[in-house]
Amino acid sequence: MTEINKNTPASELTIGGNIYTAGNAREFKTGDWRSTKPVFISEKCKQCGLCFPVCPDDAIPVNCEQKREDFNYDYCKGCGVCAKVCPFGAIEMKEEN
Amino acid sequence: MGIRERLSGNEAAAIAMKQINPDVVAAFPITPSTEIPQYFSTFVSNGQVDTEFVAVESEHSAMTACIGAEAAGARAMTATSANGLSFMWEQIYIASSLRLPIVLSLVNRAVSGPLNIHNDHSDAMGVRDAGWIMLFSENNQEAYDNLLMAHRIAEHKDVLLPLMVCQDGFITSHSIENIELLEDDKAKAFVGTYKPEHYLLNKEEPIAIGPLDLQAHLFEHKYQQATAMRNAKKVIAEVSKEFEELTGRKYSFFEEYKLEDAEIAIVCMNSTAGTTKYVVDQLRNKGIKAGLLKIRMFRPFPTEEIAKALSHLKAVAVLDKADSLNGAGGALFEDVTSAMFVNKVQVPTVNYVYGIGGRDTTSNDIESVYNDLADIANKGGTNDFYRYLGVRK
Repeated sequence: MTEINKNTPASELTIGGNIYTAGNAREFKTGDWRSTKPVFISEKCKQCGLCFPVCPDDAIPVNCEQKREDFNYDYCKGCGVCAKVCPFGAIEMKEEN
Repeated sequence: MGIRERLSGNEAAAIAMKQINPDVVAAFPITPSTEIPQYFSTFVSNGQVDTEFVAVESEHSAMTACIGAEAAGARAMTATSANGLSFMWEQIYIASSLRLPIVLSLVNRAVSGPLNIHNDHSDAMGVRDAGWIMLFSENNQEAYDNLLMAHRIAEHKDVLLPLMVCQDGFITSHSIENIELLEDDKAKAFVGTYKPEHYLLNKEEPIAIGPLDLQAHLFEHKYQQATAMRNAKKVIAEVSKEFEELTGRKYSFFEEYKLEDAEIAIVCMNSTAGTTKYVVDQLRNKGIKAGLLKIRMFRPFPTEEIAKALSHLKAVAVLDKADSLNGAGGALFEDVTSAMFVNKVQVPTVNYVYGIGGRDTTSNDIESVYNDLADIANKGGTNDFYRYLGVRK
């Protein structure tokens, strides 16, 4: 299936927007829906592990040492749940530019 | 030579469905279309069809089940009337935008309220912009024939749009008339089997149907629907031609009855065309050059062809069996007059809203329209173009 973007003409789009492949939700980057942005302050983070299970978009990557890394802004919609649960003030919500 | 029978319009529709033998029928009963699923469920119980009959709890679910079935790769059909179609409304748009060639038998009835179970076209007019192909049928024969042609049109790769076949509630659906049926094997061979290119139950190709479609793409998908609707014209012409070769029964976008040399003409749809033909014959006997244009293909609307067919007339009346309540005229009137305008055809044209809620439209009523037309033709026009036929003011 051909990759589509905002310049693809109607003649090259599938009918009804059908997707004739599987497992491709990650190609739909929802990060641009964000109006506020979580900022990770690593010095304050204790790696307590409370933030990433509550992320509805799986946008807080966790490495093989079980430590969280910086946000994946391709998918983070800026809901702010992570900032709310952080006991250490290690996530600050800022206006999206 | 086919099988000579006598059937009501609903029986004719049910027999067509039996011969089509769809994979799924999902329906909920509503007067006056109730008999269609009722007869069809008998065929299912008697093992005369292989169809999965889904006795849903509402019309919304009936259309939803048809959508699910078609998306899965099955051929699905349903039937409804009036408020049943209104209740399907949300799903009517889903069906067309997902490009699922569902076939619906619509037995036209007034949409409430106040509550009325009799015939007019307000149900069909409510979905005229929903992206469905809409074929209208004068009698049981046309309802049957249109249904046999329906899947060939709807499932064509250049079309892939749902299609509804309309007939008048009670007037056609419950009146028994002579009919010529195709033999089962010939009907089945004509309709053929459904072979969708992409479908959900194909394990070789996992797909998604109906994903989120935002600012970047919905416009283009609507344009695709519009293109498919334009393509449908050619396909309808081709399928109708093939049907004529098989049965001898000719179907065009519209029927021109004594129109060629007419001076005044009525444009209408469904059963009223029968009454109008009778009146045309009476007037012709008196030397009045009356004609009729009966629209079969309402969506897509044959704009150029209609304008051309009416271009030689001195006055035209468009009969709408539903009022658009817009202060301007009925839906068919607006379509016909704008078709004439953009094709530079200027013939004095008036609109009559008639037959609302099953009000009987007699030959005398139709004759009065032709009398008005003769008067308008003499005067060369009228400013009173939005009229009512048979209402008590």
